[in-house]
Amino acid sequence: MDAFLQFVFSGLTVGAVYALVALGFTLIYNASDVVNFAQGEFVMLGGMITWFAHDAGLPLAAAALIAIALTSLVGVALNKLAIEPARGAPVISIIIITIGASILIQGAAQLIFDKQIHRYPAFSGDAPIEVMGATILPQSIWVILGALAVFVALWLFFTRTLMGKAVLATANNRLAAQLVGINTGGIMTLSFALSAAIGALAGVLVTPITLVSYDVGVALALKGFAGAMLGGMGNPKGALVGGLVLGLLEALTAGYLSSQYKDAVAFIVILGVLFVMPQGLFGKTAAERV
Amino acid sequence: MSKWIQLAILAALIVILPFFFPSGYYYRIGALVFVNGIAVLGLVILIGFAGQISLGHAGFAGIGAYACALAPEQFGLHPAFALLLGAALSAGIAALIGRPILRLKGYYLAVATLGFGILVAMTIQNERALTGGPDGMAVEELGLRDLLRDLGWRVSGGEFWYGVCGIALLIGAWIALNLRDSPTGRAMRALHGSEIASRTLGIDVARQKLVAFVISAVFASVSGSLLALQNRYITPDVAGFMHSIELVTMAVLGGAGSVMGGIFGAAILTLLPQVLTVLADYEQVVLGAIMVTVMIFMPQGLLPSIARRLRRTRK
Repeated sequence: MDAFLQFVFSGLTVGAVYALVALGFTLIYNASDVVNFAQGEFVMLGGMITWFAHDAGLPLAAAALIAIALTSLVGVALNKLAIEPARGAPVISIIIITIGASILIQGAAQLIFDKQIHRYPAFSGDAPIEVMGATILPQSIWVILGALAVFVALWLFFTRTLMGKAVLATANNRLAAQLVGINTGGIMTLSFALSAAIGALAGVLVTPITLVSYDVGVALALKGFAGAMLGGMGNPKGALVGGLVLGLLEALTAGYLSSQYKDAVAFIVILGVLFVMPQGLFGKTAAERV
Repeated sequence: MSKWIQLAILAALIVILPFFFPSGYYYRIGALVFVNGIAVLGLVILIGFAGQISLGHAGFAGIGAYACALAPEQFGLHPAFALLLGAALSAGIAALIGRPILRLKGYYLAVATLGFGILVAMTIQNERALTGGPDGMAVEELGLRDLLRDLGWRVSGGEFWYGVCGIALLIGAWIALNLRDSPTGRAMRALHGSEIASRTLGIDVARQKLVAFVISAVFASVSGSLLALQNRYITPDVAGFMHSIELVTMAVLGGAGSVMGGIFGAAILTLLPQVLTVLADYEQVVLGAIMVTVMIFMPQGLLPSIARRLRRTRK
């Protein structure tokens, strides 16, 4: 039982990061129908810039804020320079564009920062907290609470604010949204900025545990993408649940079956879910327009 | 352009280019272009003709490559038959997983194929006892070169593989060009245009997609086998996610709708890293920038866009 709880804790920590990446995917997907394979780079930038700024002598909180702000700018630039000019391109072109952007961001990070692995101190120390025989790092609690806070904030944003409803309207039907006076271009910019900020936050929170280097983004993007798919593309609740379930599955597989094949189980489950429910767990069935 | 003119141009290029090679090293790069070109031809059929996405075709290349590495070692099979075994195995697996996977569309299809590719790469990486894990494993000599030597025809390893892969690419291009205008190819291109319309016309959409998937898997598998036999060594990278992306990018960048475009894309993206090594640390930035700009400004791919521009200036 202790071991089980231990696996659950580590699963929730990893799952929370996947959930944050998946939430970022969802935001951009809803606004623009684009799956952004560069999403993992936002996490990398969050961690890298925080380390860089902290290393330069800034307090951790200030460094983290700078990292999130700068990463949002990268997100906006990505939208303006790569996504908007390619509006209406087929899915395969969009995939190549965002993967190209991901390679570009990695290359730039390697030039601006370096190729080393970095970490900075945890926010509230490294002393593990004991819970019912298992232990959890304070930083893990930060990560899990961070993911929940982002989810709640997004939920309030989408249901309680005019701006959030404008995003949903744009996601639903861009032309109709434009006709009722919504600035859909602005909504796109906002979605990319928010999505990048969420990715950066994940990087800021998790770096003390998993460390950061210029090439951590790809794996995170794949897992986040898988988590978002598992939950059903475009659904924030699905992204949260999908990410957490993926993290738990990985941790339990690593604990009870084989740590080498922990990544495999995630993909086997996704293939299984897609075979039975092609729209994911929470996705709506979409009819093709003729 | 007619099928035979395209094939003639390709054959002429393969024969003439070596006269301009400054050193034997260029035969190796040429052979690598051809090997990648074969896998890309498969993707031209899958993406360009049938309009289906795969982010996991390196998985089939991995099956082909490791069939050539493992079958001779484990069962004493001749490497040439191992290549056929790998192709048959890839076709079988593609037929098996193709049905459920190809019901999916767009990004869902992308994630499912991606998952398949990653599973193959992970299996190769983790079964150390069999495959040597991430360090890779040696591959037996094909033996054909010794046969040629006995017949009194001495060729270097580079020249030999340049020839073999060049001939394989020509055969692949011939198959793809024939398929394009066959009833099957026309059905594939019809379902690319509109699935519902082609179903209304009586095309068995699920079957055509599966046929495209299986054919493209065989192309990828043969490409992986030739790579393994040529290098005499293979690592799990051949099945990795980045290799899948490389192959898709070659196909789409060159022009997934056209056979020659795909080969052109394979040539460009195989040569690019060789050229970009001059840039050292800037390599990744430049590669990423090229991918983004070409896709934005030439969504049809390089070769079709260039061809259209030429045609326009002629008028």
